[in-house]
Amino acid sequence: MAELSLRETRAKSSVWLEWTLVGLGILTLLVAPFFVYPIFLMKMLCFALFACAFNLLLGYTGLLSFGHATFFGGAAYFTAYAVKVWGWPPEAGILLGALGAALLGLVMGFFAIRRQGIYFAMITLALSQMFFFFCVQAPFTGGEDGIQGVPRGKLLGMLDLNVSINIYYFVLAVFLIGVFAIWRIINSPFGMILRSIRENESRAISLGYSVANYKLAAFVMSATLAGLAGALKAIVFQFATLTDVTWQMSGEVILMTLLGGIGTMVGPIIGASLVVGLENTLATSSFPVTIATGLTFMVCVLVFRRGIVGEVYARFLGPKGDAKD
Amino acid sequence: MKCWVYDGAMTMIFGIPVQAFLGQLLVGLINGSFYAMLSLGLAVIFGLLRVINFAHGALYMLGAFIGYLLLTRFGIGYWPALILSPLIVGGFGVVVERLALSRLYDIDPLYGLLFTFGLALVLEGVFRYYYGVSGSPYSVPPLLSGGTNLGFMFLPNYRGWVVVASMIVCFGTWALIEKTRLGSYLRAATENPGLVQAFGVNVPLLLTLTYGLGAALAGLAGVLAAPIYQVSPLMGSDLIIVVFAVVVVGGMGSILGAIVTGYMLGLAEGLTKVFYPEASNLVVFVIMAIVLLVRPAGLFGRDA
Amino acid sequence: MSDAAPLLAVRGLNAWYGESHALHGVDLEVFPGETVTLLGRNGVGKTTTLRAIIGLIRQRTGQIFFDDKDLMRLPLHRTAHQGIGLVPEERGIFATLTVDENLVLPPIVAEGGMSVEEIFELFPNLKERRNSPGTRLSGGEQQMLAIARMLRTGVKMLLLDEPTEGLAPVIVQRIGDLLATMKKRGMTILLVEQNFRFASRVTDRFYLMEHGKVVAGFPVGELPDRMTLLHEVLGV
Repeated sequence: MAELSLRETRAKSSVWLEWTLVGLGILTLLVAPFFVYPIFLMKMLCFALFACAFNLLLGYTGLLSFGHATFFGGAAYFTAYAVKVWGWPPEAGILLGALGAALLGLVMGFFAIRRQGIYFAMITLALSQMFFFFCVQAPFTGGEDGIQGVPRGKLLGMLDLNVSINIYYFVLAVFLIGVFAIWRIINSPFGMILRSIRENESRAISLGYSVANYKLAAFVMSATLAGLAGALKAIVFQFATLTDVTWQMSGEVILMTLLGGIGTMVGPIIGASLVVGLENTLATSSFPVTIATGLTFMVCVLVFRRGIVGEVYARFLGPKGDAKD
Repeated sequence: MKCWVYDGAMTMIFGIPVQAFLGQLLVGLINGSFYAMLSLGLAVIFGLLRVINFAHGALYMLGAFIGYLLLTRFGIGYWPALILSPLIVGGFGVVVERLALSRLYDIDPLYGLLFTFGLALVLEGVFRYYYGVSGSPYSVPPLLSGGTNLGFMFLPNYRGWVVVASMIVCFGTWALIEKTRLGSYLRAATENPGLVQAFGVNVPLLLTLTYGLGAALAGLAGVLAAPIYQVSPLMGSDLIIVVFAVVVVGGMGSILGAIVTGYMLGLAEGLTKVFYPEASNLVVFVIMAIVLLVRPAGLFGRDA
Repeated sequence: MSDAAPLLAVRGLNAWYGESHALHGVDLEVFPGETVTLLGRNGVGKTTTLRAIIGLIRQRTGQIFFDDKDLMRLPLHRTAHQGIGLVPEERGIFATLTVDENLVLPPIVAEGGMSVEEIFELFPNLKERRNSPGTRLSGGEQQMLAIARMLRTGVKMLLLDEPTEGLAPVIVQRIGDLLATMKKRGMTILLVEQNFRFASRVTDRFYLMEHGKVVAGFPVGELPDRMTLLHEVLGV
């Protein structure tokens, strides 16, 4: 009994701590553009949202997708094309990107959920490679050149996104909305069912849940939010290229999530920041990024499976989070 | 190379000149040979270790590069390299299994996939760093240079050799697993490793050797590939994804299934190049999608 | 019997499946040439005891001495080479191996085992089906094969987990004969058995298990006096 109440206070204090940290984090992001290059911060935010969306699937449903670049990069193409060629306003372009990603997610998910575990990973990888080849050949993507010079335009016809501080707060707002949506999904009854599928799929089936539908729904949600991140990135950087649909990109988002902490809310954000930061640092040196990425992968898997945030939870806050081990 | 002329009017199949048709079919058969050798190794490793070896493409690349380096640095030619390179790659595999993979068997198999993915990135990165992304040619060994006119088509000797060699390799591996005592240990340990070890078989050693064998197979495929495709750091990563699709189509339950599926998909790719070249990159994936709809466990899969 | 040293001595054996504590200090001894039966209800830890002795369960503490050698320190694949073998409850016949391959799968660990020919003499129907997949055999034949393949290895002691489970009476009879033959050849046997009548026919002694512990031990001759206790513990 005493132990129980102790654990309760501990949980309560850790909840307080979490909210304080979240508040501090948001505050930091609000003032950050005055100290750090906004373009770097925006890149970070886009990838952080991407990783959070990915983690919705891996961390909370237990499905390892090796094809999330399709949604990220695909949405970037859709958005870039709509904004540049059709002259759509940015918000409509981004919406189209996210919806396009949802559609791609529906198709890929439809095939992939037919198998489990390792096969699921291989199928998503193969389908995503198929999408890559499609993008290489399809006329609207601009092939090797991609779609360049995408105008940022005016948000809702008012806010000029060419002003770097404007676009930064727009990106931050979208990021926060996206992360909030993920948080809501995870903590809804729907999220609970996803977790029970992750823990024990056959049990969830025997409880009468149509596991396939839940998986597909989670897949589409994750794809949509990944697409939102990719669409945002296309507006920020004003281009969409093949890089974002490669399997390396799918690998990168896995690394961000793994490094930060699979199945934790904050982990992917931290992981994404670190990976983007590392890449920026290495960009100016001659050390190849792939080697660094690969080594991080190997080290994470061997000694650090809970990721940074997962380790912090395990060591200082008692058992919490859903780190998958 | 293509200056020879088939006498008289061109023979056509479905409106395609017969030579072009057979030529693409040969290309398909060659690709299929590599799919078969690689998916075979993947299936053997997965069967026993429950690890999807993402580094399989990188080990194939490593095999080709070791062959290339043996030649350029030490003047060691193709035939010795055909033995040495798989041995080195296999030895590398043994080290990787002992140091890393053996620590991952008790946890979710996805971690094995992620680890070998990281390993693949590192291997690829190292060779890119030193040798750039452009390929280096590796010449056909003198014994196999030139070609043979089969009457209906011209067959470069080396390509003929690759088809034969890959069939020998595939059949040899199949026989090793299905017909020998060591193979019976391997099959039994695939079913129930604990009991086999309780019988007194050193299963941990068996796992190490299996990964080594799989790696050596990939290395051997790499050396065989070197004179056909160029030796390049990227040669493995694109291939491995296609091989994954092959493995999904075949299902990893059966060694023979992996081999047959490999050749079949290679040929399917070759045929597509004849009729609709734009889709030749995609056809394997399309077939995979269809198989997933019709028979999710794969053509030869046992796990439903 | 008591003046000889035990072939297998287990003291204070504890074992866990993950978090759950399955054995709470098992003590037992089996002397050379003896057949000893572990009795107990389902879930008291009989199978777990066998699996912990052979080393399939690694989360274990306590002492296990076999032939004066400490089994606790050995890796799983070294244990069999001391001369002890397990015939598991699920029989462990391999589907991807032929009957022949199943038979010669366990490595020979000592001299004195039966040859394949001798085994086929003892089990003619195994010989007839030597090239078919192991799991195509009937349940009784699979059980015969599971025991037969251990006879080839030359082990001194067998841990037999419910060899008669789910088998027809006539097959049970044959397995009883087989155990008697093995005993004549000097095999030491630790048996887990639900079939009480079968066990009392082949065994020298009983151990009674409850809640992951051995709570009583007595020779087969004391059986009539112990029936009240058995009724209580086994509910038979």
